[in-house]
Amino acid sequence: MTTSARPHDDHDHVAHGHHPAPLAPIEARVAAIESVLADRGLLDRAAVDAVVAHFENDLGPLNGARVVARAWVDPDYKLRLLADGTAAIGELGFGGPEGDHMVVVENTAEVHNLVVCTLCSCYPWPTLGLPPTWYKSPAYRARAVREPRVLLAEMGTTVPPEVEIRVWDSSAEVRYLVLPERPRDTEGLSEDDLASRVTRDSMIGVERL
Amino acid sequence: MTEPFRDEVAAMAGAAALPRDNGSVVFAAPWEGRAFALAVTLVERLGLPWDEFRLRLMAAIEDDPDRPYYESWVVALERLVVERGVCGVEALDAAVPDERVPL
Repeated sequence: MTTSARPHDDHDHVAHGHHPAPLAPIEARVAAIESVLADRGLLDRAAVDAVVAHFENDLGPLNGARVVARAWVDPDYKLRLLADGTAAIGELGFGGPEGDHMVVVENTAEVHNLVVCTLCSCYPWPTLGLPPTWYKSPAYRARAVREPRVLLAEMGTTVPPEVEIRVWDSSAEVRYLVLPERPRDTEGLSEDDLASRVTRDSMIGVERL
Repeated sequence: MTEPFRDEVAAMAGAAALPRDNGSVVFAAPWEGRAFALAVTLVERLGLPWDEFRLRLMAAIEDDPDRPYYESWVVALERLVVERGVCGVEALDAAVPDERVPL
């Protein structure tokens, strides 16, 4: 396994400002409501995720899926995307806070990329929406680094043994997006149809298309 | 969750209408999506009609029309939680975290 260029020790994270954004009062109030509901057994986190997914995703592809589809059909765009993710994603009108420093990593026949945030839940929500609950779970955050191949298999994704897995640790400074390989059976599809084939999980790297 | 319930959420009109961009529901920050989903799942969990939340949301917007939509949403959600006896205001205050933690 190859881990990211960014080492996983805590000092490095702190030095790179893993928690630079203070908790806004409104965010703290939402967190308080969520913890009270959880304490009283009134919170079903899977249902919360499903509701967000329904309203955010079911009404059209995620912004990130549009980025991937464009890269699949436009080689020049793909080059720009891999060279400067933030700028290329901005070309499509997506960006803003938490999408400021995007790095796009490309899956190939030799390499499969997986994104995690080992210390908390940094996530590129302008492109991927809200993070799923499992992304924030201690088990995912630890095992994505320690045993990514086993973890992926348990999540239903088998990475062939000859394919190297690279794990990228998102932080407040850099957020990663996986550019999945274009499925072979998609020749002749329009960019919109391609975008509808791209899943959130494939852009985190826990699924192969 | 039943589909008609979701449709009712999506179909809210007037001041309570969900902010949209080109037809799609949009959240400007993660906490907005979280607050949104907490309200929808709580109302369903308590077996209440969606109007229990929608009317509180409209009242919260009317209290302060200049307040951002999802801040009024959180006010309405807090009122629902307290008025439906889930917990008191003190319990909510006590649960406010000091720092960002993965939810």
